[in-house]
Amino acid sequence: MLCEERHATLKVIPINSRGELLMDSYREMLNEKVKLVSVNYVSNSFGTINPIQEIIESAHKFGIPVLIDAAQAVQHLAVDVSEMDADFMAFSGHKMYGPTGIGVLYGKEKWLNAMPPFQAGGEMIKTVGFDKTFYNDLPFKFEAGTPNIEASICLGVAIDYLNSIGLDRIRDYEEDLLQYGIDRLSTIDELQFVGTAEHKSSVISFNIDGSHPYDVGVILDQLGIAVRTGHHCTQPLMDLFGIPGTVRASLAFYNTREEIDTLFHGIQKAVQMLK
Amino acid sequence: MTINEIQDELIEEFSLFTDWMEKYENIIQMGKDLPMIDDKFRKEENLIRGCQAKVWLHGDFKGGKVYFTADSDAIITKGLVSMVVKVLSGHSPEEIMQSELYFVDKLGLREHLSMTRSNGLLSMIKQMKIYAMAFVS
Ligand SMILES: Cc1ncc(COP(=O)(O)O)c(C=O)c1O
Repeated sequence: MLCEERHATLKVIPINSRGELLMDSYREMLNEKVKLVSVNYVSNSFGTINPIQEIIESAHKFGIPVLIDAAQAVQHLAVDVSEMDADFMAFSGHKMYGPTGIGVLYGKEKWLNAMPPFQAGGEMIKTVGFDKTFYNDLPFKFEAGTPNIEASICLGVAIDYLNSIGLDRIRDYEEDLLQYGIDRLSTIDELQFVGTAEHKSSVISFNIDGSHPYDVGVILDQLGIAVRTGHHCTQPLMDLFGIPGTVRASLAFYNTREEIDTLFHGIQKAVQMLK
Repeated sequence: MTINEIQDELIEEFSLFTDWMEKYENIIQMGKDLPMIDDKFRKEENLIRGCQAKVWLHGDFKGGKVYFTADSDAIITKGLVSMVVKVLSGHSPEEIMQSELYFVDKLGLREHLSMTRSNGLLSMIKQMKIYAMAFVS
């Protein structure tokens, strides 16, 4: 969208067959002309955890600000924006057990002060005149209108809840589940994992030989197993792998090994029915 | 047979199945039996893009009746498509335009028609009616 508005050119960091960013190519792409680096912390299609620290450090060598999409990271990993020195970070409320329709955009003060408001409305204005209007200070400048108070409170509660369990504990538990899931599912001959990065969050993306992910999804659905199928809004990635999409099981800290066993049997059933 | 008679026949056929597995196995079988669309119609213009599965549809007008052929890259979608083709193919444009496909609901397959399922089935039915309309004029 920025490209259309500002005539910017979008350059894409290439990935390898495991679904990992090619860091050498990334570094070669950086120069003074680059205005912004925008990258996923965790890939929603494959669960790859990208080397954010390295990405930010390399970009900062050229003074390029970095925007991190952490929508798939904040519910799985302990994230510290100041430590990683991100310029901007965005994530959604509903992906961290919070309400829908609310999200967070973190930005460094120096950038936010330099940026004009993107929306007008109540509270964002300090003094109003016909010839000049003074914008309010941060954060009000970017919070036009009456805010979504209920969702803000709920999101706060969701974050407190996650912190009370501890994201490090969640990470350990989910890693164990992921390993169990990979071990279990890799015994199904017809199953191909898609995205096998070394550093992964608890996402298992796969396909069944000769079957469309949609078909596998329909059968798992009949068995009461909730997976997502399709291209996960990342068609270019799917085209790269030459597949119409994947079946994706996203594991969370409330999932159990028994549920992975259920998934295992469900996939076996799907293989049998679809062959 | 009229469109509704074919629908009723399908409903009767499916009433023999006692669980979802038999039902879906039958749908999958129907998908395998569907006469494929002629390769020359397997092109972009005939593609109905659901978000996930692809569906190709072609309509022919012969002797006052519309004949459909179709295909899909997903086998369950193909089975569903084959049922819709079976019901609507070989009827006059007016009959197709006025038809109401109640069998989908009766077979407990309504979920496949929802927008979020995005398997292209809903768009396909719409497209079939558009074909019919085009053949009238
Ligand atoms: C990595 C990533 N970014 C952004 C989004 C979109 O989030 P939202 O629906 O809150 O805009 C999603 C998921 O839908 C996602 O997985």
